[in-house]
Amino acid sequence: MLKSPAANGIIERDETPMEKEIEHLHRVEFEFSDIFYFCRKGFEAIVEDEVTQRFSSEELVSWNLLTRTNVNFHYVSLRLTVVWVIGVIVRYCLLLPLRFTLAAIGITSMIVGTTIVGQLPNSSVKDYLSEVVHLTCSRILVRALSGTIHYHNKENKPQKGGICVANHTSPIDVIILTNDGCYAMVGQVHGGLMGVIQSATVKACPHVWFERSEIKDRHLVTKRLREHVADKSKLPILIFPEGTCINNTSVMMFKKGSFEIGGTIYPVAIKYDPQFGDAFWNSSKYNLVSYLLRIMTSWAIVCNVWYLPPMVRKEGEDAVQFANRVKSAIARQGGLTELPWDGGLKRAKVKDTFKEEQQKNYSKMLVRNGSIGSLSTGTESD
Amino acid sequence: GEIKKETGFSHSQITRLYSRFTSLDKGENGTLSREDFQRIPELAINPLGDRIINAFFPEGEDQVNFRGFMRTLAHFRPIEDNEKSKDQNGPEPLNSRSNKLHFAFRLYDLDKDDKISRDELLQVLRMMVGVNISDEQLGSIADRTIQEADQDGDSAISFAEFVKVLEKVDVEQKMSIRFLH
Repeated sequence: MLKSPAANGIIERDETPMEKEIEHLHRVEFEFSDIFYFCRKGFEAIVEDEVTQRFSSEELVSWNLLTRTNVNFHYVSLRLTVVWVIGVIVRYCLLLPLRFTLAAIGITSMIVGTTIVGQLPNSSVKDYLSEVVHLTCSRILVRALSGTIHYHNKENKPQKGGICVANHTSPIDVIILTNDGCYAMVGQVHGGLMGVIQSATVKACPHVWFERSEIKDRHLVTKRLREHVADKSKLPILIFPEGTCINNTSVMMFKKGSFEIGGTIYPVAIKYDPQFGDAFWNSSKYNLVSYLLRIMTSWAIVCNVWYLPPMVRKEGEDAVQFANRVKSAIARQGGLTELPWDGGLKRAKVKDTFKEEQQKNYSKMLVRNGSIGSLSTGTESD
Repeated sequence: GEIKKETGFSHSQITRLYSRFTSLDKGENGTLSREDFQRIPELAINPLGDRIINAFFPEGEDQVNFRGFMRTLAHFRPIEDNEKSKDQNGPEPLNSRSNKLHFAFRLYDLDKDDKISRDELLQVLRMMVGVNISDEQLGSIADRTIQEADQDGDSAISFAEFVKVLEKVDVEQKMSIRFLH
């Protein structure tokens, strides 16, 4: 059973399950060759594994004239080099200053606009003005990145009192979505420029900003979000359940916390076209400023946004199953592969429970074939 | 050039694998440490993960360079038909059946005394089953296995006995990874 390899794959992985591969060899309980299965799986993982490749930028099949994607391509011809040089000049000397100015205008007007609106007493006029300010500034910022966005299925756009859930590739995702609607942001309070923006916008529109210490308390977080959702006049919350930036080729495990709040979930799938620019933020390699610089010197940001029909938790479905259901829907729409792995593996080590599961499966096979009796836990399994 | 001759990989395969090597090398110093390997989740959850990682590191060393990396990987290159009839004078290729078996043998034989003792077998068994089987049951499995394979009655498995036990097994297929060009 072979899995068809990705276009840029190094090897064809063998997906024969453990049972099939080891079992038919058995005459007695254990064979020396049993280790071959684990051995080969280990080596396949060393050469090419599903997880670590998601934390670095997607490799392109054909070059798009940006040095940063020129990993495996070699010097081809003089003409190509000349074209590339022209490209560099255009990108750095023409596009970059233009975009930078636009971005500056966008951010300044956002801060100024929301501060002014924030002075007004709460009323429907204030909400309307707040929306106008947010949308306009978003549009300016998207222009600043030369963003071309196609929105699909706008009839499914998130409504007030709901929760909007999307796959996460970069901080730009936020701007992409606010370009078409107003959301209440959820996130941590930052210092510096980000903090100024946060404190300004929260006066105009009820975003949910948490102190760093509050984030650790999951119940507190859930409680505040629940209160926000219960108020039907409040804007839909925007959450990225993966918890970290993934490189837009797959969707990783959705953390169940967002799905325990209740309410209606509006899933959104975001897929960037890598030919024009790499939107993925590899936070271990680049800090925010150099990331923004790279974005502003790409050709453009082209992406598709699909609004999926709303989902609610079914009877007897727990948060984890619900999270997986939503994840599948998003992955399918965006053409991304689905992975059960936790995005947190970018920084943390994998839990031992997975290894224990493999050990348990292997033990079952040993016991099943031999005449030793049941496993030492005393249960009569399968 | 040299790596190609020694390992038998093609030029493009070596380039891709070098790319992989550098992406694993977080310290960016041209060598891999044990931590670099353990960062691969699928390897970390493999019951034999630690043994496999050890196979890359030469005796007593903590770092492996690209050449060493390729040499170990070469054991898993599939055997091609045109190689079977190559000249007998040259050194045996790293991915021959015999070398693949030798590699597997070394996974068991920790103290490198060219024998798999009952204890060494028990260690590997324990790694593969975790906590799910009791010591007594595991012990009897080990005893039975050694009994079956042991021919000279020394209660340990030598490399020759190991080869004999596995003579009907398609080692070439089981210990090979399908590389794309």
